[in-house]
Amino acid sequence: MSDATRQVSTVDTGVEDRKTTIRLLIGLPLLCAVILGGWSIWRQTADLDDIEARQLAWGTILELTRQHIVLTLITTAVVLVTAIPAGILLTRGSFRRYSGFVTGFANAGQAAPVIGLIVLLAIWLGFNTRTAVLSLAIYGFLPVLRNTIVGLQQVDQTLVEAARGMGMSAVDVLRRVELPLAMPVIMAGVRTALVLVVGAAAFATFINAGGLGALITTGINLFRYSILVSGAVIIAVVALLVDWAGRVLEVLLTPKGTT
Amino acid sequence: MSTTTSGQPAPEKDSPTSAVSGAEIVFDNVVKTYPGQSTPAVDNLSLTVPAGKIVMFIGPSGCGKTTTLKMINRLHEPTSGTITIDGEDIRSKNATELRRTIGYVIQGGSLFPHMTVEENIALVPGLLKWDKKDIAARVEDLLELVGLDPSRYRNRYPKELSGGQQQRVGVARGLAADPPVLLMDEPFGAVDPITRQRLQDELMSIQEELQKTIVCVTHDIDEAIKLGDRILLLSEGAHVAQYDTPQEILSNPADEFVEDFVGSGSSLKQLSLSRVDELELQQPVIASVGDEGSAAAAAARAAGQKDVIVLDARRRPVGWYSLGEATRMSRLPQESHEDISVVDRRATINDALDSMLASSHGGVLVTGRRDEFLGVVTFTAVTEHIRSTSESSPS
Repeated sequence: MSDATRQVSTVDTGVEDRKTTIRLLIGLPLLCAVILGGWSIWRQTADLDDIEARQLAWGTILELTRQHIVLTLITTAVVLVTAIPAGILLTRGSFRRYSGFVTGFANAGQAAPVIGLIVLLAIWLGFNTRTAVLSLAIYGFLPVLRNTIVGLQQVDQTLVEAARGMGMSAVDVLRRVELPLAMPVIMAGVRTALVLVVGAAAFATFINAGGLGALITTGINLFRYSILVSGAVIIAVVALLVDWAGRVLEVLLTPKGTT
Repeated sequence: MSTTTSGQPAPEKDSPTSAVSGAEIVFDNVVKTYPGQSTPAVDNLSLTVPAGKIVMFIGPSGCGKTTTLKMINRLHEPTSGTITIDGEDIRSKNATELRRTIGYVIQGGSLFPHMTVEENIALVPGLLKWDKKDIAARVEDLLELVGLDPSRYRNRYPKELSGGQQQRVGVARGLAADPPVLLMDEPFGAVDPITRQRLQDELMSIQEELQKTIVCVTHDIDEAIKLGDRILLLSEGAHVAQYDTPQEILSNPADEFVEDFVGSGSSLKQLSLSRVDELELQQPVIASVGDEGSAAAAAARAAGQKDVIVLDARRRPVGWYSLGEATRMSRLPQESHEDISVVDRRATINDALDSMLASSHGGVLVTGRRDEFLGVVTFTAVTEHIRSTSESSPS
């Protein structure tokens, strides 16, 4: 891996060294437990008014969190089934020449403010979860696409030629050599996308698509900072946990023998 | 083809000792022009690679030797002309199927890092849909063949192997489906000289057994002389400068280009033509693992020797001590703390000289099949040999 990461150092693929990964795998859940524990104690002991008590009811919080996570997962699934095949395609034969163009386009998708995108698309397509998923997917598309392309490009070409020279078909080479060897880089992109999406999903509430963003907007509208801060804290914890889950997947999917 | 060349095979170097399993490869007016280039990389090459022989492709970089090699397994397609293997046009079946019948060995082994040794070797048999049991047995045989203990190495990943071991696995992988033709692209370029020498020796003993048709690209003239039954020396555009046995290329270079390429030290290069087993081996008194040190030393001294050579139960050399060292040992141990200089009997005299320079005993031990001890080559024996050959061939 060291060669590979050095080669692509101009593009930050988010691949970390093993020690950092292990430290984060243990540290992140601990940190989340501490934050959540602290918040729960505050929630149980604080003197809350009617509005606060209703908004911060355990049932409401759990439901909003569920919506938030579902939104994130559906969006990520959409990103995976579009960006990975697109990345693969853009490293094949004559499609290679379009990779700059498509990456630039995806860059624009990420650079556009999500809040603008989500509202504009909602005016056009309707205020619902589907629109939220679409705009979040546009937002999270780039890291997965870029890392898929970079991950595949950094696979040692002599290995690819060796595989072809041994009589593997193009599909075999992709499936058994290129994708496994690109997996750490691709998964780092997936993790980046997950974290981007989980944060941006807070905006879904603006177009009636649910999620923890509701706590933040309610908090602002009703001048209840306890609700606002609670929403922010819970989103942060969910983001950290999603990042952690991404790391676990990354470790599980990185083929043995390559680290 | 230039007029000075002989495209036809020269007289045989030595007759095969076991059944030839290789196939003949014939190039007929093969041209390869890369798009956007005016001069062809391979310009009208006609060539016959005889079945069961090792042919070394050598020439300056950019001469088209690798392109020529890769046209055999269709990693590069000829612009015109035909290539046949065993009389069959390689374009008669699809490239993927063709490649499964041709072994391919690349510099450094090019093992897939995410697959174990076993998975790497089993790849082509797997593509050919062999039975699982047959594949496992085949992997075991091949690891034995290249001198790696299957139980120890089968489940290792490439990064857990040394460079030489990776290259051995690379050779095993190339031979996995028992292909009649083996293509090697600078196979031993990435390992240190001593390991390279061992790998070359091993390749030769494997070839003695298997009699494949091996086409091997190299940039090392000594390697070409050592391994090749025939050497194809190419100049730019893959023009055949000379295609002949190593002896002929050394003693009768076709033109100035060949002479320059082979180098001025060609009488010394003759040392790469002679094998260690052509020399007279000394047969010293030997000791076995577990013998009493002082007794072994006394026996050696009585025979007029200055050192004690220790063999294990399978007659493999495991220790080489001075009389003093041996006397101080109560029992001769199974493992020596220092490296002992050993060459295979198929090693060239050049290799033996190299190893001697690293040895503190003024000689090297010679081993045969399965590393069994055959005798000792001394520096005196080598100089004697050089003197006798230079007297017999005035140059």
